[in-house]
Amino acid sequence: MSILGTRVVRTEDPVFLTRGATYTDDLTDERLTGALHVTLVRSPLAHATINSIDVEEARNAPGVVAVFTGADCDIAPALLFPAANKQMVRPFLATDRVRYVGEAVAAVLTEEAYQGEDAADLVDVDYEPLDAVVDMKEALKDEVLLFPEAGTNSVTAMHLNKDEPGDDFFADCEVVVSREIVNQRVAAAPLETRAASAYWGEDGRCTIFCSTQNAQSARDEVAGWLGMDAKDLRLILPDVGGGFGAKIGADPEFALVAWLSKKVGRPVRWNESRSENMTGMVQGRGQLQTITIGGDRDGTVKAYRLDVVADAGAYPRLGVALPMFTRMMAPGTYDIPKVWSTAKVVATNTTSTAAYRGAGRPEATQAIERAMDLFADEIGMDPAELRKKNVIKPEQFPFTTKGGAEYDTGEYAKAIDLACKAANYEGLRAEQARRRERGDALQLGIGVSSYVEITGGGAFVENATVQVHPDGTVTVLTGTSPHGQGHATAWAMLASEELGIPVEKITVKHGDTDLIPTGAGTMGSRSLQTGGVAVHNAAVELVELAKQRAADVLEASVDDLELDKATGSIVVKGAPGAKSVSLADLAGTEELKVFHEWDAKKPTFPFGAHVAVVEVDVESGKATVERIWAVDDAGPILNPLIFDGQRHGGIAQGIAQAMLEEVVFDSEGQPLTATFADYGIPSAAELPSFDLVTMETPTTINSMGYKGVGEAGTIGSCPAVHNAVIDAVSHLGVRHIDMPLTPVRVWTAIHEAQKESAK
Amino acid sequence: MIPVGFDYQRPESVDAALALLAEHGDDATVLAGGHSLLPVMKLRLAAPEVVIDIGRLAELNYIRVDGDGADSYVAIGAGTRYRDIVVSDVLAKECALLPAVTRTVGDPQVRHRGTLGGALAHGDPAGDLPAAILALEGTIVLRSPRGERKVPITEFYTGVFSSVKEPDELIVEIRVPRTGSTGWAYEKFTRRSNDWAIVAVAVVTAPDGARRIGLVNMGSTPLRAKATEAALAEGKSIEEAAALAAEGAEPPADNAGTPEYRRHLVTVLTRRALQTAAG
Ligand SMILES: Cc1cc2nc3c(=O)[nH]c(=O)nc-3n(C[C@H](O)[C@H](O)[C@H](O)COP(=O)(O)OP(=O)(O)OC[C@H]3O[C@@H](n4cnc5c(N)ncnc54)[C@H](O)[C@@H]3O)c2cc1C
Repeated sequence: MSILGTRVVRTEDPVFLTRGATYTDDLTDERLTGALHVTLVRSPLAHATINSIDVEEARNAPGVVAVFTGADCDIAPALLFPAANKQMVRPFLATDRVRYVGEAVAAVLTEEAYQGEDAADLVDVDYEPLDAVVDMKEALKDEVLLFPEAGTNSVTAMHLNKDEPGDDFFADCEVVVSREIVNQRVAAAPLETRAASAYWGEDGRCTIFCSTQNAQSARDEVAGWLGMDAKDLRLILPDVGGGFGAKIGADPEFALVAWLSKKVGRPVRWNESRSENMTGMVQGRGQLQTITIGGDRDGTVKAYRLDVVADAGAYPRLGVALPMFTRMMAPGTYDIPKVWSTAKVVATNTTSTAAYRGAGRPEATQAIERAMDLFADEIGMDPAELRKKNVIKPEQFPFTTKGGAEYDTGEYAKAIDLACKAANYEGLRAEQARRRERGDALQLGIGVSSYVEITGGGAFVENATVQVHPDGTVTVLTGTSPHGQGHATAWAMLASEELGIPVEKITVKHGDTDLIPTGAGTMGSRSLQTGGVAVHNAAVELVELAKQRAADVLEASVDDLELDKATGSIVVKGAPGAKSVSLADLAGTEELKVFHEWDAKKPTFPFGAHVAVVEVDVESGKATVERIWAVDDAGPILNPLIFDGQRHGGIAQGIAQAMLEEVVFDSEGQPLTATFADYGIPSAAELPSFDLVTMETPTTINSMGYKGVGEAGTIGSCPAVHNAVIDAVSHLGVRHIDMPLTPVRVWTAIHEAQKESAK
Repeated sequence: MIPVGFDYQRPESVDAALALLAEHGDDATVLAGGHSLLPVMKLRLAAPEVVIDIGRLAELNYIRVDGDGADSYVAIGAGTRYRDIVVSDVLAKECALLPAVTRTVGDPQVRHRGTLGGALAHGDPAGDLPAAILALEGTIVLRSPRGERKVPITEFYTGVFSSVKEPDELIVEIRVPRTGSTGWAYEKFTRRSNDWAIVAVAVVTAPDGARRIGLVNMGSTPLRAKATEAALAEGKSIEEAAALAAEGAEPPADNAGTPEYRRHLVTVLTRRALQTAAG
């Protein structure tokens, strides 16, 4: 029986559940013996010039070994995203100006961590406050400039259109609905905050232990910033406690830590506090969207336009690129004849933005799925029906969209049907009608989302090394970088399936750039369809290699040999009891090891549909998610336990954005949500049990049919829940409420609609 | 997230604690459950030089009925943990509002550390206990080297996080009337299950049958819904009376709610609490 598709319990879990993982700050590596602690002095102001920094008192404080400011730091300010305005560079320690609350202005190195906090308090920075610009529309006016030398807050020309559509774009539509919506900024808030430790060897090489989602690209980035050869840098990843996109690549702090270590000639460690993390770590989303949808009263959608303004934060990073995915995925699952999109990216005096679970795609889904509901409301059609009428049909695949994406495989209407059937959609609508009729305080809302997303869209190439050892154990090296995704189990299953060696004997290694010099890491739900397929291919090649070697030993032709998976031995086909040789024995004679690089060349497009049911207390505005039915189709399922785990986390994060989470700054750029008391991360108590419905449509892009599922739950659940809450109060005249759908917002929307209808 | 250095003292008795408080004056702070004090120390918003830990004083940890006959009341030691209030048989019988309110505070970790005296001394207008004790018209017993005094909770708070308690005084006991096991309700409205209240309303039936209503997070101190109480006394319906619940309140504005929203919400919650309390 094949191990693929079975619920193998995660081999990594016992450690996580018992003694706990070893995160960067937990390391007791001897290379870090005597390490100094780095405490960063951070700006309390969002926008100010720095007149002077006095570090004298701090230098003399107990335990202080050194204090550095921007004036001491000779790492050249870096452009953190290549396509951003060349003036928008980030200094590693601020010199003449700070641009967001939390920007590092000085580094204090002490023997003990607590001494660092004491001494940091003594660093006296003389700031000259400047007006801050926080609102994206305000920033676009270019009145307050973050980088006066750039002459503008506009970050990039990468999203510029070649031609504009004519005024007649919506001319053939009977109905056109338009609305501005906010896809609010959220914090990744991984349980392990950012951390890095550095040490320089006698050989002049630097080793950095750090928390990231991709060791190899982080190494290259840090080497670039420090002007070193990447060969002189080694990155080692201990356990990584969550990333959600915010740990993609290196943080400037990693380079600073390496630089500080060199400067003082001792190893150093840096581990930020939660408060620092809530302003210092890159944040996600942050788009202002104008959606315009047009079509006919029979439910034919004919034209869709999406205009995006994206918030880059103070120093442009990966967030600059994300509107590219938003635009590409703009039409979602629908076959819309005319689609147009624009995007602007603007700098503001806030924390920088980058990827966050879904990274650009959820923003597209939210926009089109809200647009479909607005349109359905306007023409009085059932939202599930409207969707099914307009989705791309199975026979149209592969399908090139007006957004420029080439969808591989999909059955979008079937996914909607499955979700609706599981939810008893008709029954829910009937119950909703009854409650409306009675005028209940608790109204029912039903939300539908249909989604398609893009996975493995960033880096198509990934490698794996599979080696069988003479003792019968196996080592798998991977260029992916698990931080909760279960690769140790999943990759072992893939290797086990081909090698006939049990999972317990297979060790998966990752995240050491000396051991695995190339690899693209884990992000964009890419790992299985790139790294997993590479492991599969490497294992298949290894068996071929073993057969060739065994041909000599067994004095048989290669074509007559096969692997007996029950024993992990090469045997002669159809000759039970004949001579055989195990993979382990072959490895004893000569190294049995295969390196395989797999180029997927293209991304895949997982899809699905979610139906959410919420109850809204119309008196208080409180909305509660009661149930959610999710169809998430990412091709064949390797391990249902891990697959469903990814969906669970994803769905929770989507609901969190819809209902609770938002990073808020006041008009001066002061963060108002910088603690877990203020920032609305949900707990299990705020979430219903999830009803997961299975559907498996393979991709044609790889031999295994795998697509990615890491972000799907987030992408599907958020619009379903958003639509459900608005659906619950739409009979009261409410058409839209921006996320998060907190009681005050829902109540205010009802209240305003009632005032409106009273007029 | 590391506090400024401080001296730590753990006196063996209330008298020893009072002596230390007198000795160190403004430089000292009392530590009970630490669930309000430690967060502000870690954020360096507070930096006491001496921390006097009263958290383990058994003499401050009790729940019992004291006094005679009609003058009897429930006495609760200031150091009593939330958790002990939640599971108290005495309170379930004599003053069931209190365990019900306390059950809604934070999460189990918070309830195993936080104390009633700490909550009242801290006096957060968004806290659950100050408004509940206000609805109960409880009495706070303060002790200092100068002696003991009893302050009705109605006269205790003077503003946000401030009260008539002198720096050298300890809260040693809280007294609440024997309101029994019925006729009460607590409506706490939160974003998440273990959040602080956006608004909350405590209703209790006084020994004389009157309804008393305490409001959480509707102003700079816990408040009574006086207009609602008066309307009920005049025989108005619950709906009519509850509509007056925001009268005189000046609720705060924050992410969780505008003042306008809170003024509306308090009427809904008051109505619901009165209906529940009526049984
Ligand atoms: C995660 C979390 C969630 C919370 N959620 C809620 C909630 O939902 N609702 C709510 O009401 N509260 C909540 N709290 C606060 C909690 O109730 C606090 O424990 C309580 O407010 C303070 O009690 P304490 O014993 O911990 O006091 P401490 O923190 O030890 O002290 C608080 C203050 O009171 C002083 N003090 C303490 N005891 C005395 C005394 N006997 N005499 C004189 N002064 C004294 C101290 O000097 C200090 O200034 C939460 C706290 C946390 C950390």
